[in-house]
Amino acid sequence: MRPEPRPADDAAAIALANEAVSDVPALYSRLLQGVSALCGPDTRLVGITTGGAWLAERLHADLKMPGEPGVLSSALHRDDFAQRGLSAREPTRLAFDVNGADIIVIDDVLHTGRTIRAVVNELFDFGRPADVKLAVLIARNGRQLPIQADFAAAQVQLPASQSVALRRDDAGRLSVVIEARR
Amino acid sequence: MLYRRNPQLNKNGELVHLLSIEGLPASILRQVLDTAESFVSVSDREVKKVPLLRGRSVFNLFFENSTRTRTTFEIAAKRLSADVINLDIARSSASKGESLLDTIANLSAMAADIFVVRHSESGAPYLIAKHVAPHVHVINAGDGRHSHPTQGLLDMFTIRHYKKDFSNLTVAIVGDVLHSRVARSDIHALTTLGCAEVRVVGPKTLVPADLAQMGVRVCHTLAEGIRDCDVVIMLRLQNERMSGALLPSAQEFFMSFGLTREKLQLAKPDAIVMHPGPINRGVEIDSAVVDGAQSVILPQVTFGIAVRMAVMSLVAGNEATP
Repeated sequence: MRPEPRPADDAAAIALANEAVSDVPALYSRLLQGVSALCGPDTRLVGITTGGAWLAERLHADLKMPGEPGVLSSALHRDDFAQRGLSAREPTRLAFDVNGADIIVIDDVLHTGRTIRAVVNELFDFGRPADVKLAVLIARNGRQLPIQADFAAAQVQLPASQSVALRRDDAGRLSVVIEARR
Repeated sequence: MLYRRNPQLNKNGELVHLLSIEGLPASILRQVLDTAESFVSVSDREVKKVPLLRGRSVFNLFFENSTRTRTTFEIAAKRLSADVINLDIARSSASKGESLLDTIANLSAMAADIFVVRHSESGAPYLIAKHVAPHVHVINAGDGRHSHPTQGLLDMFTIRHYKKDFSNLTVAIVGDVLHSRVARSDIHALTTLGCAEVRVVGPKTLVPADLAQMGVRVCHTLAEGIRDCDVVIMLRLQNERMSGALLPSAQEFFMSFGLTREKLQLAKPDAIVMHPGPINRGVEIDSAVVDGAQSVILPQVTFGIAVRMAVMSLVAGNEATP
């Protein structure tokens, strides 16, 4: 059996993670550079609701890409539907032909990998893309599937009791919140 | 005081069965409508199927015939990847003398997850819901004169789609309101969602004055009923009522309450016309109106699939609690 983590270690890990994500504008510019490096001439950005979609919107504008960024919802492909039921949020919106497209999926936090599994299935319901990459603002430990990001602006290690989330206030300012899971 | 929870909700207030719109809070109705929005586009995808109900079984129990309602439930369940079993109960066990609850017990033993029930007796789906296991869900697809909640919800979805908001709307429900479970479900849904004015329109024999207790305005002429309204919901004139003394003749009904192009001009210019089907052209509604620009009768059918997908996936995700 795995020994209980000592609280001092947890506190230190949380402090370190908080430091790594405290400067959100700096994190975002790193993400912008990373995504820009992954982009080809006809790349499309697609953000996962809701945090990923906020980021994709901003990246799309900053990279001066044509059209509008896509939005992907994991709701219809979630594997925890039987436990959690259905969450009706913003539905998937892809205003381009997915067949043969080069796509970068954007998300705020990569954790278990289950959301990515779900949205990749969602994406394939619309067609067969040529290439799909994943760029995230924060990759944290706790993967439960063989899924990794092609680019992560920050890597953090956190105890399982903690959650990381991107928030957006009314003025559109982004912040990252690390807190105990409810 | 004896407090009894609405049998459709679990103790967290989540929908576990859909039996009637009566008694459901506006938040649940909006949740169904919002969820249905995300299902409308599923039929535009290359893969017209999502895996939410994969591995679950939906039993369509139609004790009363209804090809259209059964078909839309079947399509909805299949788009959610459920296995669908259609049982024409009217022609099988019940005719051999098996009781309703015995039929349900037998089908539950075949691992049913959702029962979609159409029955000529009001309240039959309630009885079934009371006796099924906690993980089994019941959806009322029309019971007697009582209720047809998915039709009510798809009507609300259609109205919201075209009119956005209920708070400034005047909606007229025209025809045989007395015998119509659709009318009853629509009235409950519209008043719950805060519709400004609901009118029921028809002859005194089919629209009794005591309907006003439901919070609606009773009108006995079509002109009064549809003047300046935003939505006209026409009801099917059930032929079987003709034999009673309730109506003189179909022709006379059409003269007084049939919706024609000329009469529709009394409503607002952008008013929409709805009908739950099947339509009797020339009895309650003129062909020119059915096929006209203001008719949204066919979109209603399409939205019905998304709404039924929403209802099935919502109830399937919620567990009943004691």
